[in-house]
Amino acid sequence: MKITLKVWRQKNKDTKGAFKTYQVDHASPDMSFLEMIDVLNTDLIKKGEESIAFDHDCREGICGMCSLYINGHPHGPLQTTTCQLHMRTFKDGETITVEPWRANAFPVIKDLVVDRSAFDRIQQAGGYVNVNTGGVPDANMIPISKKIADEAFDAATCIGCGACVAACKNASAMLFVSAKVSQFALLPQGQVERKERAEKMIAQMDAEGFGSCTNTYACEAECPKGIKVANIARMNREYFGAMLSSYEVSSGGGGE
Amino acid sequence: MKWLIDLFSSSLGRKVVMALTGLFIILFLAVHLIGNLQLLKDDGGEAFNVYAYFMTHNPLIKIVSYVNYAFFIFHILWAIALTRKNREARGPQGYAIKNSKGIWSSRNMGILGTIILAFLIIHMRQFWGEMHFGSVPLKTYGDHEVKDLYLIVGAAFKEWWYVALYSLAMIAIAFHLWHGFESAFQTLGLNHMKYNPVISFVGKTFSIVVPALFALIPIVMFFV
Repeated sequence: MKITLKVWRQKNKDTKGAFKTYQVDHASPDMSFLEMIDVLNTDLIKKGEESIAFDHDCREGICGMCSLYINGHPHGPLQTTTCQLHMRTFKDGETITVEPWRANAFPVIKDLVVDRSAFDRIQQAGGYVNVNTGGVPDANMIPISKKIADEAFDAATCIGCGACVAACKNASAMLFVSAKVSQFALLPQGQVERKERAEKMIAQMDAEGFGSCTNTYACEAECPKGIKVANIARMNREYFGAMLSSYEVSSGGGGE
Repeated sequence: MKWLIDLFSSSLGRKVVMALTGLFIILFLAVHLIGNLQLLKDDGGEAFNVYAYFMTHNPLIKIVSYVNYAFFIFHILWAIALTRKNREARGPQGYAIKNSKGIWSSRNMGILGTIILAFLIIHMRQFWGEMHFGSVPLKTYGDHEVKDLYLIVGAAFKEWWYVALYSLAMIAIAFHLWHGFESAFQTLGLNHMKYNPVISFVGKTFSIVVPALFALIPIVMFFV
């Protein structure tokens, strides 16, 4: 199949980018979207042009590395990651517009690659369990209902790709942060640091310059992992509860 | 008390201000509607005029009304602040192609709010301003002498353009509530599978019925 690609090209963080149009004449419907760009890049290299930079890693839909804003949707028209999007989704002769994620907190580094380290810093602020939880416990040793365990696991499937931020008109990271807060808030292992986790992660989220949620739920509609906005409500509860009742309010590690 | 400042200046805290003030204004709308419906009573405006006198003279109502004005102002100021911050978060470079998912009203709360604010200014000047500072003719019921607000309202509702403006503003309020009512609960963290259908049903019913009844009054008074 023949495809016309309009791709955002940008030399680096400090230069202005622009769209450039490319023709892909020999795309197979069975190719993934990333493989199609690989083919295009091979052509570009053969012609002595610079290849298009884009993020990718596992190509199995589990690492959260791929991005791309395709035809007005993060990860393209299907609710999946870009690496799991296949060319059969598009029509022969179609013009496809490919843009990087757009958000102040996700600056474009080159072409379609954005810097998503803001997510890492949010995780580092509190998205972990610090206390020693011991070895792997025997099955059914921790009293937790199946439903709650499932809910926590659903939240934990967030791969941190940033599609929620890309889809949100406010570039809000709340679906991501709420998934990371929820996966621990629901489990017994997460209880010890539950309050300060919510406080610290949200403080970091605000410091990174993400917007506020206005409940349009575009994030839920676009999330490749189907993270639910009910997590955002949970995060709100966690945060207000923590702010109103926690002992430790400074994020410097206590000592006051 | 730094934590309190942190709480209300955080992205989540700002939203709470929107949600709480919004829910209060929703309550206010319900009360306002009950008052307005007395305009349709066929008594030459007695019930409405007595009610208007009560609303402007009862000390408790006075206190609540000052809270109400403050909440309106907070709701507007916080909305402006949030919108600016959200625009900044989005960054200067927009997308070439946009396919916005989500309900239309949820993406256009600012535009709807601006229409409502414009109406509110005209509305306040016309009725609230007249009642408080204007020279409204007096009318006597029993041994009470009250301002005849019914006369002012009746005259305004005979102007076709005002009825049209009023109806348009009610449509904007309906769309604003369609998103706002449910959204307030989500922001406050009140999302539960047992109560979500109830909140959704009440919210959607309220956002249709209340503005529709509000708009019905000038339409009826225009034609009758």
